[in-house]
Amino acid sequence: MPLNKNLKKVLVIGSGPIVIGQAAEFDYAGTQACIALKEEGIQVVLINNNPATIMTDETVADKVYIEPLNVETIEKIIQKEKPDGVIGTLGGQTGLNLTVELYEKGILQKYNVALLGTSVESIKNGEDRDRFRSLMIKIDEPIPESAIIHTYEEGVSFVKEIGFPVIIRPAYTLGGHGGGFAHNEEELENVLKKGLAASPIHQVLVERSIKGWKEIEYEVIRDANDTCIIVCNMENMDPVGVHTGDSIVVAPSQTLTDVQYQMLRDSSLKVIRELEIIGGCNIQFALNPESNQYCIIEVNPRVSRSSALASKATGYPIARTAAKCAVGYHLDEIVNPITGNTFASFEPAIDYIVVKLPRFPFDKFPEADRTLGTQMKATGEVMAIDRTFEGALNKAIRSMELNIFSLCLEANKSIDNEVLFEKLERPNDQRLFMIAEAFRRGISLEEIKQITEIDSWFLNKINSVVSLEVELASYAWSDVPLPLLKTAKRHNISDKLLSQLYSIEEKQIRSKWKELNWKPGYKMVDTCSAEFDAITPYYYSTWLGADEVEETNSRKILVLGSGPIRIGQGIEFDYCSVHAAKAIKKMGYEAVVINNNPETVSTDYSVADRLYFEPLTAEDVLTVIEKEKVEGVLIQFGGQTAINLAHDLEEEGVKILGTTVENVDRFEDRKEFYQLLEGLNIPHIVGETVSHKDELLAAAARLGYPVLVRPSYVIGGQSMFTIFTEEELNYYILQLEENSSQDKMWPLLVDRYIPGLECEVDVISDGKNVIVPGIFEHIERAGVHSGDSISVFPPISLAKETKETLIDYAEKIAKSAPIVGIMNIQFVIYQNQVLVLEVNPRSSRTVPIMSKVTGVPMIEWAVMAQLGISLDSLSNDTGLLTEPNYYSVKSPIFSRSKLKGVDHVLGPEMKSTGEVLGLGATFHEALEKAFPSSSDETENYLFCSISDREKQASLPILQQFVNENYKLAATEGTARFLKEKGIAIEKVIRGNEDVNELFKNNTIQAVINIPNQGRNKIKFGFYIREQATRYNVPVFTHLDTVEAMVSLQAQNFTKSEVRTVTEYYNIKESGVEHVKCD
Amino acid sequence: MSVLEQGYLTLETGEVFEGILIGANKDSIGEVVFNTSMTGYQEIITDPSYAGQLITFCYPIIGNYGINAMDDECISPSLAGVVIGDLCETPSHYQSINKFSEKLMQAGVPGIAGVDTRLLVKTIRSRGTVKGYLSKAKQEKFDENKTIPFWVEKVSTKKMQYFNNEGPHVVLIDFGYKKSILNALLDENCCVTIVPFNTSFEKIKALKPDGVLLSNGPGDPMALKQWFPEIKKITQHYPTLGICLGHQLIALAYGAKTEKLAYGHRGGNHPVKELATGKVKITAQNHGYVVVDESIDAQVFQITYRNVNDKSIEGLKHRRFPIQTVQFHPEAHPGPSDTHYILEDFVYQINSVGDKRYAIK
Repeated sequence: MPLNKNLKKVLVIGSGPIVIGQAAEFDYAGTQACIALKEEGIQVVLINNNPATIMTDETVADKVYIEPLNVETIEKIIQKEKPDGVIGTLGGQTGLNLTVELYEKGILQKYNVALLGTSVESIKNGEDRDRFRSLMIKIDEPIPESAIIHTYEEGVSFVKEIGFPVIIRPAYTLGGHGGGFAHNEEELENVLKKGLAASPIHQVLVERSIKGWKEIEYEVIRDANDTCIIVCNMENMDPVGVHTGDSIVVAPSQTLTDVQYQMLRDSSLKVIRELEIIGGCNIQFALNPESNQYCIIEVNPRVSRSSALASKATGYPIARTAAKCAVGYHLDEIVNPITGNTFASFEPAIDYIVVKLPRFPFDKFPEADRTLGTQMKATGEVMAIDRTFEGALNKAIRSMELNIFSLCLEANKSIDNEVLFEKLERPNDQRLFMIAEAFRRGISLEEIKQITEIDSWFLNKINSVVSLEVELASYAWSDVPLPLLKTAKRHNISDKLLSQLYSIEEKQIRSKWKELNWKPGYKMVDTCSAEFDAITPYYYSTWLGADEVEETNSRKILVLGSGPIRIGQGIEFDYCSVHAAKAIKKMGYEAVVINNNPETVSTDYSVADRLYFEPLTAEDVLTVIEKEKVEGVLIQFGGQTAINLAHDLEEEGVKILGTTVENVDRFEDRKEFYQLLEGLNIPHIVGETVSHKDELLAAAARLGYPVLVRPSYVIGGQSMFTIFTEEELNYYILQLEENSSQDKMWPLLVDRYIPGLECEVDVISDGKNVIVPGIFEHIERAGVHSGDSISVFPPISLAKETKETLIDYAEKIAKSAPIVGIMNIQFVIYQNQVLVLEVNPRSSRTVPIMSKVTGVPMIEWAVMAQLGISLDSLSNDTGLLTEPNYYSVKSPIFSRSKLKGVDHVLGPEMKSTGEVLGLGATFHEALEKAFPSSSDETENYLFCSISDREKQASLPILQQFVNENYKLAATEGTARFLKEKGIAIEKVIRGNEDVNELFKNNTIQAVINIPNQGRNKIKFGFYIREQATRYNVPVFTHLDTVEAMVSLQAQNFTKSEVRTVTEYYNIKESGVEHVKCD
Repeated sequence: MSVLEQGYLTLETGEVFEGILIGANKDSIGEVVFNTSMTGYQEIITDPSYAGQLITFCYPIIGNYGINAMDDECISPSLAGVVIGDLCETPSHYQSINKFSEKLMQAGVPGIAGVDTRLLVKTIRSRGTVKGYLSKAKQEKFDENKTIPFWVEKVSTKKMQYFNNEGPHVVLIDFGYKKSILNALLDENCCVTIVPFNTSFEKIKALKPDGVLLSNGPGDPMALKQWFPEIKKITQHYPTLGICLGHQLIALAYGAKTEKLAYGHRGGNHPVKELATGKVKITAQNHGYVVVDESIDAQVFQITYRNVNDKSIEGLKHRRFPIQTVQFHPEAHPGPSDTHYILEDFVYQINSVGDKRYAIK
């Protein structure tokens, strides 16, 4: 059936902020789907409050609502827009849950909105464990022995029946959140209670564990005519037990015979047909390694992270196809855009292997629990393609940007066998390297297999890489045999590793390859193993074959992407990369893009003119540059990843466009940076570099506490703390010594901490003119990482003169460096003085937001400036642009409940994974939309624990809450202080027991816990915050945030309107309110 | 493992591919074809339809799960050789009894590994049908093999074989049948008699079958021209199913024509549309020839299936007789079983029609 012509306008529900388990893949899916719908002449209305997304660009959807993702708001949008249909299966679990809610509340029916694609009944059949279970029993598909449990007691008696180990999976949660294994009664109590609490419907599935079975996934698509196809299957290297988002995954499956492949394929089709899904679906199987016995673990009746991976692995655009199916098309009516001459009703055949590695945030959080289980912990992932597993694995490892280029890590060589075995047994993020270390020590494959339960196919391959590394290491560079080197390159051993093994420069290795005329070939990802001609320029490199990618004579520019998503470098840089590619195209060049993140829009085949799915290392980037003969490289849009490559590229004579590498360095090197500022008469914070403990203590005393301390080798606030006393400083040194080796620990940077107002600007500059679209003011004062603070635009408390000073400084810096392209400057304003905190000579986290809320094409202009176009020819206005008549508030979102052991206390190190944007005619309207929502319970408890430092400052704020009829519970010291000051305390909390009782028996609106320092597990505050996370209670760790929260109490938002971004632009009356004034 | 020996695949069009020789120690010549399946190498190398061909595996890693005791499609492979990328000599599977390379050795099939198979596939596609020479030494001059062997005769059974069962009796005419076809019939409770490809109508009649299945097989269907009249006669008397070569032979027997495809359909992902329902099925295919669209007499045959990509004929149904034919492989192995119902329907049809309709004795 062709397009349903009754559909003129369709509402698409996005997935909201990035959290662990729901990330950039939904921007990719949503963007693809919106474009697919627009192609059909359908008007697309989109709601998503994640501003760092491409899908919320007004070029992607026709009407963009950056409004809170809740049913009330969506109803208002439906009322206003009167869409004919809604698609809810593209916005992850968030979109799916909202769709079900809209349906169940009768809203879709009330406004006569058709639910497109998979029906609510089908969604529930897939999502509700009980219904799914009965359905599978009905169609005779095996599922693990299990029971749906609603109470703790029910669970315990069921487990008595089936025995340990068991796995607990809560219904309707993200990324398996709140689930886990239990091997004994004690664990059962813990996990079961947590699981029941995590499920919004207090329902968990308790099942007998099939740990150790192979985990296999199938991506299936079905159309309304019941045609079903498999896009791809994938095999997890980690057997069942590790969340697929945290597993090492290969595509296609490697260890299944055709009989097994088809057995699971048949089962997949049976399931998707029974569920009557229209669109995409993901099915996870467990397969017994010793028989053909299998069972279905889980079904996701929507596009997912796995479907994004499958799309990038095969070239098959799942979200696009699902969207077309949702509006009526049959699969055989949809052209395969990769080939242009075949149809979507086929199954991709690939002639390479794909390896996906998860990217974990543990480099930032050494205190976190690194074991892996059913709760996803990875923030991102990389994908690598090659024609052998070894090659793809080595490429994937270097794509991770963990400064790891080998399987045999130096640090692992010294660990005890006992520790090694433990790390092999309990899955954790380092296990791949532990396996390698075990092989290096001569531990047998059988033994490793027995401990890890990983299939020996994978272990053999890992072993072969280890042997190759060991053999390479046995030679000197001068005598390493050529055939061995050839094998090394064929297995994609990096030049970097060779340079480390032979203590020579990478450059020397590169020239050797030139001498030998060795180079990788590039092959195409074409969905069909070369059976048909393909037209999509999506490539990967291999040392196992000829180069088939034809050269073109067009003028080309390369955009370096930002690699895997990690805390501190997220989807916003993908946004920037995509816009950079678009700008290049607009300027008449061909855009070449290199990136390795399968979740993102930048790696969609339609973004670049030529996409290279490759690691972002000097070696891999240089070969692409050489092949494509690009005229220049843009390094300002791929976050720190791209910046870090600048030197190597320039050294090889590659032209870096915009700000010179030398000038980039001046901002990275602290001494030079301060010199530059001093030369311009711009005040900056005072700091010193110290190389010894005594020096540090002396410097801190000299600068005066509080001080800001961090190691010099890290970027992005890693291991950065604000320290208030000498005692804390001693503790910090102790901690650092424990977590890093001596040689890496020093020098440390120590700065005077200034508790002022923080602001930041993104500056577009051609070296002569600057454009500053706006100033973001942070709600929390300096000391909180800019990524974790709530920020507002236009600023609410900056005097006109202060703004002028900011812009004056920005201009001076831009012109003197000079900056050509874009930069981000962070300021602190203290006692009427503007000081520069930091300059990042690249695009930043705030660029997508500022671009969106001002309508200024920031990246496009920055690219044009880098291509030599003067800014005054692009814009009539320069300097600070006129502020709009509405407010934007950005609020960070933390994946608190996903990372056990991590203390999400606000501080100089970034911890949030995503952000939401609230827009409003007034500051408070915007703030309310961006704030963590609290429930409407009648009993309004606040639980306070305030450090001595902040007690006095907290008084007026807490008083206001009391005035708003909040009841206070407080820890002993805080309670004493507040009582003294005449504030009534309902409960005094004296220890862990009291905390548990409080959370269990009362509705706590929020925890206000201002710690001395945070991230110290032995402190009571840490326990309080951990429990709050368990009970899903918002925690505020900074008084400034609390102050903003209390300011909302007096407001009435019932009449709050929904507006598209364009409608916000058009607000004529300014709702300016000055909340705080210096 | 023995010492790696360098070898070459020389195409008649001049291209030479280097690699490591595996399997049987002998030179070999054949048409170079490619298969896009990502699993099922064991079934593929034992499929008699590949007789005389050098199979290139598009999927670059072959041998991962070894070779098991169940999945062979025939007893002695008749393909000319295999061309692969990365050979896996450390297979892992609970059923594995052999390595891929060992299987080749035992079956007397030579192979070459370490080849850029994607480049080879692209070369074949640009050249159309290409012959190749797999050898230890580089072939300076391509040895023209004048006469094309009659492959069906080589792979077909020499004597009848009978499998007893409770259900209807099906005669399986063996042009190079895959064991999976036999298994599918046995699974449906059929008695099966496998007969040589050149079995006459009279001989088949003597077997008193309830239905006849014309199997897959290698080569050009026109090589069987002299048996077309017999085939026609057989199909007019018994409910018939034709698979792959069997499909082509039936079409030819009724006056249609076949032609060679530029580079064949070989793989497990070929979409065919069931014209009656508009539903698309994913099928396993392995054929180099195809029934010419214009040569089908619409009065005689109804076209039941078409390939979604090149729109070629994938299935026929006789308008008067209960004859159905499919170009693809409903028995799968390797490949998807979306069309397995065709075999079930065939048996159901035999059961319901049987010899009531064909009261000829």
